Amino acid sequence: MSALKLFLPLDSVAIAMGADDVADALQNEAAKRKIKLELVRTGSRGMHWLEPLLEVEKDCKRIGYGPVSEDDAVSVLDAILGDGRHDKCVGLVEEIPFFKKQTRLIFERCGVTDPLSLEDYKSHGGFEGLDKALNIDGAAICEEIMQSGLRGRGGAGFPAGIKWKTVSEAKADQKYIVVNADEGDSGTFADRMIMEGDPFCLIEGMIIAGVAVGATKGFVYLRSEYPIAERVLNGAIVNARAAGVLGDNIRGTGKTFDIEVFVGAGAYICGEETSLLNSLEGKRGEVRAKPPLPALEGLFGKPTLVHNVISLCSVPAILAKGAKFYRDYGMGKSTGTMPFQLAGNIKYGGLFETAFGVTLGELVNDIGGGTFTEKSVRAAQIGGPLGAYLPPEMYNLPMDYETMLANGAGVGHGGVVVFDESVNLLEQARYAFEFCVEESCGKCTPCRIGSVRGVEVIDRIRAGRDHEKNVTVLDDLCELMVDGSLCAMGGMTPIPVQSAVKHFPEDFGIKQKQEAAT
Amino acid sequence: MLAKIIEPYVGRTGGLISALRAVQAEVGYLPEETEAVAGDLFNITRAEVKGVISFYHDFTREPKGETVVRLCAAEACQAAGGRQFVSEVEKQYALKMGETSASKDITLEPVYCLGLCSCAPAAMVGGRLVGMASAAKVEKAIERVKRERVS
Ligand SMILES: Cc1cc2nc3c(=O)[nH]c(=O)nc-3n(C[C@H](O)[C@H](O)[C@H](O)COP(=O)(O)O)c2cc1C
Ligand code: SF4
Ligand code: FES
Repeated sequence: MSALKLFLPLDSVAIAMGADDVADALQNEAAKRKIKLELVRTGSRGMHWLEPLLEVEKDCKRIGYGPVSEDDAVSVLDAILGDGRHDKCVGLVEEIPFFKKQTRLIFERCGVTDPLSLEDYKSHGGFEGLDKALNIDGAAICEEIMQSGLRGRGGAGFPAGIKWKTVSEAKADQKYIVVNADEGDSGTFADRMIMEGDPFCLIEGMIIAGVAVGATKGFVYLRSEYPIAERVLNGAIVNARAAGVLGDNIRGTGKTFDIEVFVGAGAYICGEETSLLNSLEGKRGEVRAKPPLPALEGLFGKPTLVHNVISLCSVPAILAKGAKFYRDYGMGKSTGTMPFQLAGNIKYGGLFETAFGVTLGELVNDIGGGTFTEKSVRAAQIGGPLGAYLPPEMYNLPMDYETMLANGAGVGHGGVVVFDESVNLLEQARYAFEFCVEESCGKCTPCRIGSVRGVEVIDRIRAGRDHEKNVTVLDDLCELMVDGSLCAMGGMTPIPVQSAVKHFPEDFGIKQKQEAAT
Repeated sequence: MLAKIIEPYVGRTGGLISALRAVQAEVGYLPEETEAVAGDLFNITRAEVKGVISFYHDFTREPKGETVVRLCAAEACQAAGGRQFVSEVEKQYALKMGETSASKDITLEPVYCLGLCSCAPAAMVGGRLVGMASAAKVEKAIERVKRERVS
């Protein structure tokens, strides 16, 4: 009899919800019954309320059981060996509305394949992009990226094509690809999920970038909070080298590219690209003044292409399917797909990849199901700790870079953190300053000292001391931080603060402003 | 002994930080002589090493408790009852964030996002990830980590 093949994620969320214990219980039970069990540890499908989600293949389709606990393992195994019926059966995984509604260009394989198997990767469309790239010259690859309209997914949304062109045209004896896998934003986990679930996608994107701009060495700057991603990524690199995909003679073309994973040491600011480069050089992660741009003088002063994980993971699909195919998704100048991450107090939390233009309300209510506390949604913070708090009145806004910007917010890295009516926005604004106190690199005074003062001013507002005056001081302070900060840490901390004041003035003891004043 | 841990990282990209991580993984913290030894090997001043150590949250100059309990203090966890979760854990062990118990068995510390924001609140107990965390789940995880250490 052939082995019984089951699929169970090794993703951090699945493990945090008990997947390893489920795996042990399944193996034990199978051993007891003398059943040959092949348990493939995959990435996560991104439906995190169902984790651990155990899957079995029937007629080429996957049937899911979730969330499976250690105690369910035996009965679920019985069901799988029998007629399939079980309380935890969720039916065909890809028919679940949360999954079915997505457009998965980046996360196509995540949750489906064994993340360390090159065979799986290839049989699911892997390396089609690389093969195309290896058949055209660097300039043509850069042009394809330019035409796709891809913009950086790390936060700033800068056009990737321009950056690629700049690095490729720079003259130097050495160039680098640096992947920003610092993913420090609360409410985001897309980078982690793809590195754990489909690391070859990142590797492929990096090789294509290296070939395009003439870089032979790539680094992944990974935050230390992600030990599972570190293990999977390193395993994938070893396998890719062994298969001749990485190293001196990539797929027999004579081209060279290799990758090293560097693990950080805990510092939010190291997600800022110049701070990251200093850290990668083994130094304090202080922000560098720009110019010079990292594209011209980056790591060790050499031209360096710094990209977020998801930016690079978008590249294989662009090359494989063509710039036009990619550009047809999205809206306006926000092309392609974005993995939105639904987090916080939300019923159906997880990762939802879709084209830009989906509205906030669709994400929070239709897809996310509102709050798990069953109370009404009061606020959502968009795009990480430096992102705006928005009230439900604004949830008809489409998620794209321009619309968000025009409304005092940003898409950032695509995180959406939902809060119910118990949230106090003054506390959240205070936290934004506290976070800045904790994480400021210390280089500029408005950020280093201003954040400390911010906490104090908010405390005075809360206590009602010189209320009106302190509300004005808060505003001035925010303005000063925006104007006088070298990077977006100090420069954008005012966004959560001021959006909280603007949209939730009652939490600050401020009477609703007259309509005319706005 | 420190030199033996640090040496392999000399000349590598970001070597100093990797070396300090290795020392900490081995010793549990960064003993004072780390600065002099690393400074010598990397050919930089002690002050520079000290500057790097003080910059990063992961580095500590003091030994921590046997089990480090990291509780996520960031927004998505706050939204899911994280503030209350943190104060319950603090009460359970009569410790504040950043403190180590007198018996040196546990240290409580904040962490800013573990990437588990969709199953918040989150914690990491001696390297084990805990989702939808509660004070009771943390207690169970601590016991388990202790048991595994013994065996
Ligand atoms: C305070 C701060 C933190 C940042 N954190 C991250 C991060 O965790 N991950 C990331 O990809 N980009 C982060 N960025 C953005 C990077 O500076 C940079 O724009 C990005 O790595 C460029 O890659 P992209 O073009 O692919 O987005 C941060 C920026 C700032 C100012
Ligand atoms: S704004 Fe803050 S984090 Fe950015 S460079 Fe200035 S001090 Fe450093
Ligand atoms: S905010 Fe707590 S895990 Fe992300």
